[in-house]
Amino acid sequence: MKGRIHSFQSLGTVDGPGVRAVVFMQGCPLRCICCHNPDTWDVAGGEEIESEKLVEKILRFRNYFAGKGGVTVSGGEPFLQSAFVCELFEKLKVHGIHTALDTSGCLWNEDVERLLAFTDLVMLDHKYPTEEEYRLYTKGSLETTEKFLGELEKRGIPTWFRRVIIPGKSDSPASVASLNEVARRHTCVEKIELLPFRNFCVEKYQALGIPFPLAETPTPDKETMASLEALLDEKYR
Amino acid sequence: MEFTEWTGFVEGEWQVGVNVRDFIDKNYKPYTGDGSFLKGPTDRTKKALAEFERLRELEKDRGGVLSVDTSTVSSLCNYKPGYLIDEDLIVGLQTDEPLKRGVNPFGGIRMARSACEAYGYKLSDKIEEYFTYRTTHNDGVFRVYTDEMKAARHCALLTGLPDAYGRGRIIGDYRRIALYGIDYLIAEKKKDKEKVGENYMSVDNVRLLEELYQQINFLGKLKEMAKLYGYDISRPASTAREAIQWTYFGYLAANKAQNGAAMSFGRTSTFFDIYIERDMERGILDETGAQELIDDLVLKLRCARHLRTPEYNELFGGDPMWITESIGGMNLNHKTLVTRSSFRMLNTLYNLGAAPEPNLTVLWSHALPEAFKKFCAKVSRDTDAIQYESDDLMRSQFGDDYAIACCVSAMKVGKQMQFFGARTNLAKLLLLAINGGVDNVFGTHIGPQMGPMEDEVLDYTKVMERFNIYLEWLCRLYVNTMNCIHYMHDKYAYEKTQMALHDTDVERLMAFGVAGLSVITDSLSAIKYATVKPIRDESGMIVDFETIGDFPKYGNDDDRVDEIAEDMLVRVHEELKKTPAYRGARHTLSALTITSNVMYGKKTGSTPDGRKKGEPFAPGANPMHNREHNGALASLNSVSKLPYSSASDGISNTFSIIPDALGRSDEERVDNLVSILDGYFLNNAHHINVNVMNRETLLDAYDHPEKYPNLTIRVSGYAVNFVRLSKEQQREVIMRTFHTAI
Repeated sequence: MKGRIHSFQSLGTVDGPGVRAVVFMQGCPLRCICCHNPDTWDVAGGEEIESEKLVEKILRFRNYFAGKGGVTVSGGEPFLQSAFVCELFEKLKVHGIHTALDTSGCLWNEDVERLLAFTDLVMLDHKYPTEEEYRLYTKGSLETTEKFLGELEKRGIPTWFRRVIIPGKSDSPASVASLNEVARRHTCVEKIELLPFRNFCVEKYQALGIPFPLAETPTPDKETMASLEALLDEKYR
Repeated sequence: MEFTEWTGFVEGEWQVGVNVRDFIDKNYKPYTGDGSFLKGPTDRTKKALAEFERLRELEKDRGGVLSVDTSTVSSLCNYKPGYLIDEDLIVGLQTDEPLKRGVNPFGGIRMARSACEAYGYKLSDKIEEYFTYRTTHNDGVFRVYTDEMKAARHCALLTGLPDAYGRGRIIGDYRRIALYGIDYLIAEKKKDKEKVGENYMSVDNVRLLEELYQQINFLGKLKEMAKLYGYDISRPASTAREAIQWTYFGYLAANKAQNGAAMSFGRTSTFFDIYIERDMERGILDETGAQELIDDLVLKLRCARHLRTPEYNELFGGDPMWITESIGGMNLNHKTLVTRSSFRMLNTLYNLGAAPEPNLTVLWSHALPEAFKKFCAKVSRDTDAIQYESDDLMRSQFGDDYAIACCVSAMKVGKQMQFFGARTNLAKLLLLAINGGVDNVFGTHIGPQMGPMEDEVLDYTKVMERFNIYLEWLCRLYVNTMNCIHYMHDKYAYEKTQMALHDTDVERLMAFGVAGLSVITDSLSAIKYATVKPIRDESGMIVDFETIGDFPKYGNDDDRVDEIAEDMLVRVHEELKKTPAYRGARHTLSALTITSNVMYGKKTGSTPDGRKKGEPFAPGANPMHNREHNGALASLNSVSKLPYSSASDGISNTFSIIPDALGRSDEERVDNLVSILDGYFLNNAHHINVNVMNRETLLDAYDHPEKYPNLTIRVSGYAVNFVRLSKEQQREVIMRTFHTAI
């Protein structure tokens, strides 16, 4: 079947373990305040590609995947096209390629459930600690994310938490400590990645004519990042 | 043959005739461990380094040249011995003082004269007068150049030809001096000379006899040169220190005698390791001492200097020596050639600081020990100073005792030599074909005269028909030009010292090169897949193009266009082979430009790919900047498709990346870099320059964005091109990466 992708990046080293090909899916139901890929929002944008073609394209990079590397599907939100991603992963698994999802976990349906059967790693973007903040900053719900986390726990799928640290929004020690608490309650969680917010995407917003609320927000400094990292259990760092 | 100096070595064929490869094979100890055994610099090393750095600063302050001896013609025994510091372990300088440059007018007196003048010196009357009576290589070439050759040179269709300077690219097997001593080498050459003398005296044999005479003569001078430093190198080296010293004397003599474009060192570290291991077993050397010897050798190599004109430096991007030392690789029995000394050689980048010289080149194989791979990646990450080349590709063609000359040119050490041939500008050739024999930058009429193409829209088939006519013409001209150059170089500037350290029955390679591979590839792709309308001036000459619509671009792992690049190399190589090369040399080809891509661009008109007149080319086989849409590995995949079988003189690729884009932690970065190198070479790629950008280079990219078109920075989830960021954001990245505000 065909899917809509925003772009393909052949050298990914910061979206999962090892050297990875990263597929950015088109379309996202959330509107996160810090989103750095606003050009992926529109479900009708991007370009269509057959899953088979995408597999062929990815396999051209398999010599680089040695050891820990593989494929990460990011976005946008991969779950808007779960059936496509499922087909993609199913085919990749035939070739023994490691598969990872970078998702907000904002959807749960049969397609997503089927997709998990072919997924080796989930990088779950756990954006905020409270339902209120979720509604305010993402237009989504914490509840669905936590439900999805429960499903990962049930299946024992290795999971990494990711959270973007935005000055004044998500950089409080309490907020990070609570994320650590959530991790402790789930044995599937192996790692927590705190990602410093960056405003490199400001030009993308300008080009799209969309106001970017965080245009003036600075990147948190190294010291802040280090002190927040220190709040995480050793095994998650 | 038996020498007391050989005690403790495993016997073999190497004792019955010169055969360094066999000596290494029988005696070396592979090392599969990590770098934890390595030692830092000694106080003596630090002192020598401080002195070197002081002089280098002074050199910089004086505009790039510390001082020049304008009254001595550089040769083996023409200078008093010179030292960096009194406690030098490995001795020998090109002149009597460190970093002082000698003059070497044998390639061409004009180059020597103008180089002196450019730095405020005047070549002595004595030398000027001597060379009025002596023919230089440069004189010889211009006596025979045809008008067409001169025109091709003038309009920069053929560029950088070694017709006014030493051709270089010849690697003497300097190790032979250490293993056998000079007297044995002289005796062997005398035997060869006797044997040649039994033949019919053809032109070839008479020339060879004279060359052997000169080789023997200069082996004698080499011995005298060593004697000036207090060493008797008539016998083999008996210790590690002597082995390094004897070998270095050979290199030094070559450097005194030749101002060659690339004066490479060879493949020595595993050879030295055998002597170091023996000394360690005898209890006369420890790890600190072993490292100190390698450090001092490298420091001496860093002292090497040639006097060249500023124009030459512009062409070659700086004042390069290309003292290439090849490290690692596997042998023919699938055993690694990595030894502890391979680590020691790379460790000099820590002990003496990162530097481009010597040009440390790792011969990469998938089968290299993992710990060595990781160590290399770590050194790359920390210093930017290593280039990598596929041992798996080269071993199949050159065996397991080859070395790299210059950047990417492999040859069997002591068994093959090369006639260096610079390169031709393919983008310019395409424009010449479209314009039917007029160069649209210089106005030169050259090649078949057909007049500009008259089509409203360029047709791929018609363009290729024309291009093939011009390619055929150019390749014949190119080989003929090279034949003139190398005949004269052999005649007037023969490398007797280096050739004395080759087998008499040497195999010759003639190395041609192309520039602008990505420009012609994308231009042909534009003509094939988009609509390209020529824009003409009043005279009808095509001076620009309007390109409408999109087209596949080289560097995106797209076979439709990558095939054009592959086909181009095959086509050029096949055409070159049609004209016989001087002395039966084998035609080889490279896609290599290093930094002169800027200069090539300056001299080339607008091209159908959208590149405007004067804009730089991409270096070597690199895809053009800002045309990659699938990330760095797609770009590597495109380059790795280029056929080494048609370009066995090397396919050069420069890869720049910042640490953040290699992974989050230091450990991840090292592992990922290893994965990238393994993947790239498993795909049959030949060469890669890895730049894990350090602070200095990133600052330079900030000041000179044109030099770093491909620099990509990755943060989680997306990638941006460094030079496309606003200045402010660039500053932010630099600050974030290196904790420094600018």
